[in-house]
Amino acid sequence: MHESILRQQVEDAYKMGAALNIVGGDSKSWYGREVAGEPLHVDGNTGIISYEPTELVITARAGTKLSELTAALDEQRQRLPFDPPCFGESATLGGTVSCGFSGPRRPYAGSCRDFVLGCRMINGKGEVLSFGGQVMKNVAGFDVSRLMAGSLGTLGLLLEVSLKVLPHRQAEQTLVVEADFAEAVTMMNHWAGTPLPVTAMAADGELVYFRICGTHSSVKKSAAQIGGTIYVDGLNLWKDIREHQLPFFNDGRPLWRLSLPSDAAHAALADAVMSDKTDWFIGWGGAQRWLKSDLPAEQIFALAKRAGGHAALFRGGDRSAEVFSALPEAQMLLHKRLKEAFDPKGIFNPGRMYRGL
Amino acid sequence: MTWVKKKQLIENLAEILPTSSILSTEEELKPYECDGLSVYRQVPALVVLPETVQQVQEILKLCFAESVEVVARGAGTGLSGGAMPLENAVVLSLAKFNHILQINELGRTAVVEPGVRNLAISQAVDHLGLYYAPDPSSQIACTIGGNVAENSGGVHCLKYGLTVHNVLGLKMLSMEGELIELGGAALDAEGYDLLALMHGSEGLLGVIVEITVKLLPKPELAQVVMAAFDDVEKAGQAVADIIAAGIVPAGLEMMDHLAIRAAEAFVHAGYPTGAQAIILCEIDGTTEGVGDYIVAVEQVLNQAGATELRISGNEAERLQLWAGRKAAFPAVGRLAPDYYCMDGTIPKAALPSVLRQITQWSKEYELPVANVFHAGDGNMHPLILYDANKAGELERTEEFGARILELCVQSGGSITGEHGVGIEKLDSMCLQFGAMELQHFFAVKNAFDPAGLLNPGKAVPSLHRCAELGRMHVHNGELPHPELERF
Ligand SMILES: Cc1cc2nc3c(=O)[nH]c(=O)nc-3n(C[C@H](O)[C@H](O)[C@H](O)COP(=O)(O)OP(=O)(O)OC[C@H]3O[C@@H](n4cnc5c(N)ncnc54)[C@H](O)[C@@H]3O)c2cc1C
Repeated sequence: MHESILRQQVEDAYKMGAALNIVGGDSKSWYGREVAGEPLHVDGNTGIISYEPTELVITARAGTKLSELTAALDEQRQRLPFDPPCFGESATLGGTVSCGFSGPRRPYAGSCRDFVLGCRMINGKGEVLSFGGQVMKNVAGFDVSRLMAGSLGTLGLLLEVSLKVLPHRQAEQTLVVEADFAEAVTMMNHWAGTPLPVTAMAADGELVYFRICGTHSSVKKSAAQIGGTIYVDGLNLWKDIREHQLPFFNDGRPLWRLSLPSDAAHAALADAVMSDKTDWFIGWGGAQRWLKSDLPAEQIFALAKRAGGHAALFRGGDRSAEVFSALPEAQMLLHKRLKEAFDPKGIFNPGRMYRGL
Repeated sequence: MTWVKKKQLIENLAEILPTSSILSTEEELKPYECDGLSVYRQVPALVVLPETVQQVQEILKLCFAESVEVVARGAGTGLSGGAMPLENAVVLSLAKFNHILQINELGRTAVVEPGVRNLAISQAVDHLGLYYAPDPSSQIACTIGGNVAENSGGVHCLKYGLTVHNVLGLKMLSMEGELIELGGAALDAEGYDLLALMHGSEGLLGVIVEITVKLLPKPELAQVVMAAFDDVEKAGQAVADIIAAGIVPAGLEMMDHLAIRAAEAFVHAGYPTGAQAIILCEIDGTTEGVGDYIVAVEQVLNQAGATELRISGNEAERLQLWAGRKAAFPAVGRLAPDYYCMDGTIPKAALPSVLRQITQWSKEYELPVANVFHAGDGNMHPLILYDANKAGELERTEEFGARILELCVQSGGSITGEHGVGIEKLDSMCLQFGAMELQHFFAVKNAFDPAGLLNPGKAVPSLHRCAELGRMHVHNGELPHPELERF
């Protein structure tokens, strides 16, 4: 029912060549570039379509609230392995997948796109398409459903998404060890290279936080090996890191996300943007570095590139300029051709990812 | 390709490559006429064996300018005809790109050339306590470039994922010879996830020339449980029970009676030959964690009605229990002159009904079937035994196989879990996707290779082909593309 309305709206917009700004739960409208366009509300398209715990697959309409999804999984002692942040009560499945967000568990379990198995979507002409499927392994046809993850709604409107899910841990424990950023990066990479079941690591410049998950006996043994002290309220700590609720994130300066090789030396980064006006927080065992800084965007993009990764202006700052690291020309050409293939008149979220895309 | 054009092409190629790297005679070309699916054969116009990225770049530019089709080739172990040559094509072998370029111990990554064999990566980092997780049974031979192009899996992908989950970045060349870098050593990249799109693209979107893979720490311990069942359906239920108990085994495999007997005769893994099915369930991790889960797995399997359980007591026993499974294809290959390996996936719940139907058809077609499954992720490998020298038997086998794939789609699964579509499953693609989806696949192809010169005709069937088969899907009661002629 809701689907046919959405389809009609897209068809109409296609006919008129009118831009649409796809809005799910409106919890992440601050992410990406500013979009001009008529809001298209997709949060009415809700409901879990199928969920068979022994298949480890869940399929839901894209407007389904993330909280509803996790509650349903929780009941069966299962979870979304990529541990997505919500950034608000109203977060939807579609918005989460379109942003491609993953939480602290990401380096050890996999990313949002890793768990996308299939999707149904509406393309820029109002046609309904179905890619991938509801089974864990499927290499028939190009993997368009994974391409949709992180595409910020610029290629199509997600109607349904199928995700692989996994069982909950039996036990978990969080430990803290004193370390500055440089020591923390070495330490986190070291432990990630051992067989210990570490499932999250972060550092704030004074402490490194480790989370271990597994059976009770393996958690106990691993904790003894890592040492440090037990952090009592680990559950909330990781939630706060994931949801950006730590005091670090509560700040007026633009927040940058630098996605880097996990072992990128921190001193080189910090020195390059040395000023009283910068602060760091390291997540993903070194692979995700949060930077609060008023420095010019160009400088931060260049910094990330030198360190072997890329940067995104995550929150705040000038959203009329580019907010993601620039694409090399040959790649931009591929992006434009793909955009053209799925959304020939460029009606979906124009410019949300890059100007002109 | 005309003789004149071929001669000209060889001359032009000789400016890029030493002549010893250009193969053009019948005897030289013959070994390249097929991949692992040998029923489809085609001798190409030429084979080239470049060894630098610049050479590949120049070859592609030349072929682009001359409108010559290019088929990339790794080790040629593919099972769907993906690397099968085309009559007028140049086969671009990446066999000489067999160097590991960089190993980063702290960051747990390796940068490798596409022709590096899958197993060679794990061997090269073994002394660091690391390994590369995806382990297709062909891992001693298949290349990492081929693995990316097929998005290959293995017996450990239930826990560790497919190739797409273990590759961080790659460098590829477009048909125009443009170098494109996707991802790198970071966990994600800016823009669309073209890295994901390249996985399983079967050589249609670009030629992969360098790959950055993720390395994992070797688990402290791995132990495998072998459980025997007197009934295949009970074994299928046991697989679901293990998952329901909240256990994620590193590998969860199943073999049926015929496969067990063949494997046992071939490698003497110690499988009970009287069993109707066996399950191999591997648990890995810390010593403590493995201990806990093995107890849990034992309990589940006993409750599910296992008639016999065996747990590996050491590494030698573990490898022995796996040996039978890993050698299942060649073992079954000894039972008949030929076998045809299917690769459909289904929801696990559909396993009993699908197996029953396959048994039924096996009788009707008078073709025995041995079943080997990646049971944990619903990927089946029915192996149909036949004799290509008997008139009509290959055709019957292919018809039987196509029906199995159709059944997989009807059961909510897919026609291929890891072997790819290639040339083999083009018709079955018409069952799984509608015209609209196929059109978008072509649009993706067109975005990367507008001239349509990279491995054309593979992986995605033309709408005409599907229409001819009468297998065009009808969306919402409308026949798509009424403008297209139908046969
Ligand atoms: C006995 C046996 C067991 C097998 N077991 C498994 C298994 O457990 N799991 C599994 O997934 N597969 C399995 N396979 C299938 C096969 O080994 C895989 O598909 C493998 O990834 C193919 O690698 P290759 O190097 O042989 O590629 P090829 O067969 O040479 O090529 C495969 C495809 O990749 C393309 N290609 C190759 N290299 C490149 C490149 N550098 N750039 C762009 N395109 C390229 C080719 O054009 C072709 O389309 C098995 C095969 C055999 C024979």
